Amino acid sequence: MVRYLTMRLGQALIVVVLVTVITFVILHVLPGGAARATLGKDATLDQLAAFNHDMGYDQSLVRQYFLYVGRLLHGDLGYSYQLNQSVTEAIGQRLPKTMLLSLLSTLLAVVVAIPLGVIQAVRRNRWPDYTITSLSLLAYATPIFFLGLMMIILFSQVWPILPAEAPQGFTLGEVLSDPAGLILPTITLAIVTIAVYSRYVRSSMIDNLNENYVRTARSKGMPEWRVVLVHTLRNGLFPVITLLGMYLPALFSGALVVESLFNFPGMGRLFWQSALKRDFPILLGVTLIISVATVLGTLVADLLYAAVDPRVRLRGRAS
Amino acid sequence: MTTSADMTGTPGERAEQPPDADDAPVRGLWRQGVEVFCEDRLALVGVAIFLLLAGVCFLGPLFYHTDQVHTDLAAVFLSPGAPGHPLGTDGVGYDQLGRLMLGGQTSIIVGLAAGVLATAVGTVWGAVAGFVGGWVDAAMMRVVDAMMAIPSLFLFMLMATIVTPTVPMLILIIGAFAWLGPARLVRGEALTLRAREYIQAMRSMGGTGGRAVRRHIVPNAIGTVIVNATFQVADAILYVAYLSFLGLGVPPPAANWGGMLADGLADTYSGHWWLLYPPGIAIILIVLACNFIGGGLRDAFEVRLRRR
Repeated sequence: MVRYLTMRLGQALIVVVLVTVITFVILHVLPGGAARATLGKDATLDQLAAFNHDMGYDQSLVRQYFLYVGRLLHGDLGYSYQLNQSVTEAIGQRLPKTMLLSLLSTLLAVVVAIPLGVIQAVRRNRWPDYTITSLSLLAYATPIFFLGLMMIILFSQVWPILPAEAPQGFTLGEVLSDPAGLILPTITLAIVTIAVYSRYVRSSMIDNLNENYVRTARSKGMPEWRVVLVHTLRNGLFPVITLLGMYLPALFSGALVVESLFNFPGMGRLFWQSALKRDFPILLGVTLIISVATVLGTLVADLLYAAVDPRVRLRGRAS
Repeated sequence: MTTSADMTGTPGERAEQPPDADDAPVRGLWRQGVEVFCEDRLALVGVAIFLLLAGVCFLGPLFYHTDQVHTDLAAVFLSPGAPGHPLGTDGVGYDQLGRLMLGGQTSIIVGLAAGVLATAVGTVWGAVAGFVGGWVDAAMMRVVDAMMAIPSLFLFMLMATIVTPTVPMLILIIGAFAWLGPARLVRGEALTLRAREYIQAMRSMGGTGGRAVRRHIVPNAIGTVIVNATFQVADAILYVAYLSFLGLGVPPPAANWGGMLADGLADTYSGHWWLLYPPGIAIILIVLACNFIGGGLRDAFEVRLRRR
């Protein structure tokens, strides 16, 4: 386990370093360079030169990269002159809210997808399986903002029981104090996730139902519900833990769209608004943080998987 | 939102060992595959939907002439059935049916081109990494990991703020970042393939690594690659839609279904349903079609799955 842990941590570290290289490269291909992107189009040449000197952008690229990483390590992600706020502060205010939305919809997705996947596996190639598969495909093929809009039309216009706008609180506590507003964004983000998860649970369960230990359990005369719900489900759910990690990038991309649609004051909406304003310090800061969050999430999922399933850590190879 | 690879990358399919299919003649395999594909009704429905939509979008304008460049403020928000406008007009007076055709062209072209580009880059990258192995493989795959850690939509938006998202640029942007999935897939194939006897035999006779990749690894992985490519096309069409919704799609007078749908959102409350549902349904249909085709191809050409 220690060996697996060290290896996996090392890999995650390398990936994070590579991500900083990518954001660093993007910083340098920005139109007019990093100075122009930060200070805006009205900055004078003198101001640009002064900024470049302050940030060390007049030095060699390698040295610049180390300066950049040094600033990152001190929690300095840059300064947004458009928001008149440090990037760290702007992200810090919104990150918890995005995490809340992602967590809620992941929880909802897991709770719904596992029973759906189990039903599909047990009733394989019969109508419950076909119905759920069709709905999953449909959910998958629908652009998430169209889906969200359908939800708004259904539940806040035709049958007005839920607010169409997400809570507008500034802090996490204020957002949580308006739970009704969270329902539609959470469900919208969860629906596509459910489609993916249930499909995964289905095939993982089908694989396990064909295993010898299941045959043994059945031949011992164990009731079918016990075979499925106790024996197979435990093994069938292990791979779902890795899926939670693997699915994070897609989840965050979805959150970006959902936050923009429902006006949810999280990191996705910040990114979207900054993109429209070409506020590059924020854009690069969010990209970096969301990537680190993805790497950490995937790492946690992999370690959890290794902790519950000895086959993984003993095989001693990740990815 | 997801990548289609997630929908298909099920644990069972990966775990299964490929049976030895090398004795079967190649043509036989293809013919067999085509037969399996033709028996798959859903896949045929997918092909039919795709051809129908593509046909209407690319051939329709030859018969149904509309002006999609000049706005006509005297004819805005006409309801469907208005004289000369069977599907009505939008907020600047463009004929909605004609615009759907034009937008469909963009969506389909970007989807196909980006899907092909991503697949090609990913195949080469994955085949080389998997075949060479060792630290080269480790380095190449960490690059893939790093790029995969950045959620794609964030990356696409970042790129779309730096360059103007014209059609060729959209293809480049999406293609340049969507190759990661195929790269992983092909690397996995290459890892299993390179241990096979016929490749070892070829190498012992003095064949180069390049030859192994070109003549053996890529052709053997081609089934997986083609299947994945159809899902890539579906994903690319959705990504263009997301970029348009977020305000970074192709600038007017060009159009795409995603952008039309995003514009239609603004008209939800005014009851202009014909601006919302037609592009929405068109996107759903074409993405579904790609998925049906992909599913059919997978059953037909991924030999190891045929038993299931």
